[in-house]
Amino acid sequence: MENKEIKFLQVQQIIESHEAKVSHLIAILQETQAVYGYLPKEVLTYIATAIGISPATVLGVATFYSQFSLIPKGKYIIRVCDGTACHVRGSEPIMMAVRKELGLTADKPTSDDLMFTLETVSCLGACGLAPVVVADEEVHGQMTPDGILEVIKKLKTAVTDN
Amino acid sequence: MLIKTHEDLKKLSEKAKAALEQYKSRILVCAGTGCVANGSLKVYDALVKMVKEKGLLVEVDLVEEVGHDNVGVTKSGCHGFCQMGPLVRFEPSGLLYCKVKEEDVEEIVNTTVVNNGVIERLLYEDPNTGEKITTQDENPFYKRQVRVTLRYCGRIDPENIYDYIAHRGYRALSKVLQEMTPETVIKEITESGLRGRGGGGFPTGRKWSFAAAQPGPKKYVICNGDEGDPGAFMDRSVMEGNPHSVLEGMMIAGFAIGADEGYIYARAEYPLAIKRMRKAIADAEAHGLLGENILGTGFNFKIHIKEGAGAFVCGEETALIASIEGERGMPRPRPPFPAVKGLWGCPTIINNVETLANLRYIINNGAALFKSYGTATSAGTKTFALAGQVQNTGLVEVPMGMTLREVVFDIGGGLRDGKKYKSVQIGGPSGGCLTEENLDLPLDYDELLKVGAMVGSGGLVVMGEDTCMVETAKFFMGFVQNESCGKCVPCREGTKQLLALLTKITEGKGTEDDLVLLEELAQNVKAGSLCGLGKTAPNPVLTTLRYFRDEYLAHVRDKKCPAGACQALKEYYIDPEKCKGCTVCARVCPANAITGDKKQPHVINVELCLKCGACMEKCKFGSIIIR
Ligand SMILES: Cc1cc2nc3c(=O)[nH]c(=O)nc-3n(C[C@H](O)[C@H](O)[C@H](O)COP(=O)(O)O)c2cc1C
Ligand code: SF4
Ligand code: SF4
Ligand code: SF4
Ligand code: FES
Ligand code: FES
Repeated sequence: MENKEIKFLQVQQIIESHEAKVSHLIAILQETQAVYGYLPKEVLTYIATAIGISPATVLGVATFYSQFSLIPKGKYIIRVCDGTACHVRGSEPIMMAVRKELGLTADKPTSDDLMFTLETVSCLGACGLAPVVVADEEVHGQMTPDGILEVIKKLKTAVTDN
Repeated sequence: MLIKTHEDLKKLSEKAKAALEQYKSRILVCAGTGCVANGSLKVYDALVKMVKEKGLLVEVDLVEEVGHDNVGVTKSGCHGFCQMGPLVRFEPSGLLYCKVKEEDVEEIVNTTVVNNGVIERLLYEDPNTGEKITTQDENPFYKRQVRVTLRYCGRIDPENIYDYIAHRGYRALSKVLQEMTPETVIKEITESGLRGRGGGGFPTGRKWSFAAAQPGPKKYVICNGDEGDPGAFMDRSVMEGNPHSVLEGMMIAGFAIGADEGYIYARAEYPLAIKRMRKAIADAEAHGLLGENILGTGFNFKIHIKEGAGAFVCGEETALIASIEGERGMPRPRPPFPAVKGLWGCPTIINNVETLANLRYIINNGAALFKSYGTATSAGTKTFALAGQVQNTGLVEVPMGMTLREVVFDIGGGLRDGKKYKSVQIGGPSGGCLTEENLDLPLDYDELLKVGAMVGSGGLVVMGEDTCMVETAKFFMGFVQNESCGKCVPCREGTKQLLALLTKITEGKGTEDDLVLLEELAQNVKAGSLCGLGKTAPNPVLTTLRYFRDEYLAHVRDKKCPAGACQALKEYYIDPEKCKGCTVCARVCPANAITGDKKQPHVINVELCLKCGACMEKCKFGSIIIR
């Protein structure tokens, strides 16, 4: 409960730091998502009221950009690049390996234990290292299906260690 | 330190240059996204520590005097050869080490820094000849390049404004403010023949003159750093490697059209580029090179950064404006063009990062020199992102008009793993796939349009014999379909149908009628879409249909994928001559599709086979093939 209030205060501060400007809506949503890990519906409504536009408009923006998620994501985000350079160097087998390992599908990107979310992105700008995977904010180049399973294993043990 | 006058800037520039020249040696460790991912920061830290231990390190900010025997260690931006990273370059010798690891640092310091020796194993080895290459300039990847935009990327410390100033940084701005008028600036840029590097290739000078003719007082300059083409990273490299050149370009543009405020729209996927741009803005402001009354001339300019949020269509100029205004990034009809009615209804010019980074060169060296590179209608150099099945991947800046063959074979070193060349896809999702016959085509805006492709942002994907062209067309269609903003029906629904048709063909369920439909639909999407995304989305389909029709026919008539790439058309087969009957494959097969007695040739039941490839991977005798 307390945690919830702290987060709400943070959102208020974010809005204030952007002077509640409509033109800063995307930045406000980005910073809010950083607080929650996603964009909860009630928070979107709150933002709409605070900057004086309709909740539908805010929802429209939040759903338009692929960076925003309206549902909770896993603790660790695995982003497999499927840009052109990575695609031709074999990003698909990597994706398949992750899906198989974590029991995910195209329609189910987050594991049941909320530990992992698999996303695809088109180009991370590190094309020289294709295929590229970003796991928990760390960039891995020249990835292989076996390599990504190693990374996942490490992240899993990091959790149990804690 | 405030730089208040042209004289101040000139003096500082000379002082910083002199300081640089006093180094005995300067070591530049690449700290671009690619090399950082490969551990270059560890290399940097270890180098600093060891050079310091030897008592050789000097940390200067280039405005102090430096002694003669000293060594500088600096982080640089991307050199464009990330595949070989982490890269470490030595000045003034130009020696380049590749794939440097933390463990190599001790030897580097002892051998190279102290004794000027060369460590063979860290040199680049030409994959075709096995020759070891010592300096960056002799490296076949760099030798044929002409670096104008990327000139200082990898050569300077992007986080140190004095390093930029030492290399004539902000002198073009100073020249513009001191000696030129908006009219003469526009004239110079027009004469240089510079065309937009963001995709359209629109003449920059002409675009500016429209905006300059509009009444003020409020106008804007937008730097387009959205770089949506999946596989291109030149803008990232410039923003990370030489951020001040982008700011200087924006100010020159601002002066020319009468704007006093600018926005940089950068992809959220480029955190390092955004960080460096932010630092550059803060440093330029702190030195009075950005803000009010710049260099005492009364010229004011402010720059803000806006982060994108993951929508390809936001690279389109009107969508980008909508996005800066905080809305959904949907394209708006043109006219009115942004030059007339842009950001918040004010006259606005939008230029690509690379376009802007060229401006200082043109102002400093004159339109004639810039124009001396390139072809009659495509002046200057262009950076291409070379990717795919080539030996050398990376950023390649060449004079326009160089042939594809030179880029792919001389600079790219030809195909990797002995593969046979098949096609090159140029221009990203809006571009096209070209054939062997097009290899001698010059890279020029107009020549490429003639064959159905385009320069676009400069993505160049080389494909070998095992790439399926239908799958390639499907890949790009999947991308644009996903990124269509949904405003117009032909784009929104048409791309969906095109994708469905292509999927059907790759699954071996297509017919020859589907090919007719595909072509017809592609033309309709082109004709009926509002923005460039929809207008160009069918290009990969149309060019593959035009140049690789046989491959489509093989898919629909014979239900075969000649490249052996389409999963559904693959047939795993055990060569009875080669099979030793070791039973390994039968044990790994998840579908129990393989049968056979020990020491007897095994057989795959195609009805049961899931085409997972596990058997092929495990067979030590290479007996399993795809046919
Ligand atoms: C779908 C679409 C995506 C685009 N993406 C980019 C981009 O990522 N970067 C860019 O500079 N221009 C992009 N453009 C082109 C811009 O609309 C605009 O023409 C360009 O930024 C103008 O700058 P320039 O004249 O310097 O090239 C895109 C256009 C379309 C239609
Ligand atoms: S062509 Fe496509 S992306 Fe462009 S405005 Fe229409 S629907 Fe949107
Ligand atoms: S693994 Fe290879 S050699 Fe062994 S039974 Fe299978 S096909 Fe034959
Ligand atoms: S490809 Fe997979 S399913 Fe098919 S035979 Fe081999 S192991 Fe079995
Ligand atoms: S295509 Fe994957 S990083 Fe660029
Ligand atoms: S990041 Fe080092 S060469 Fe590109």
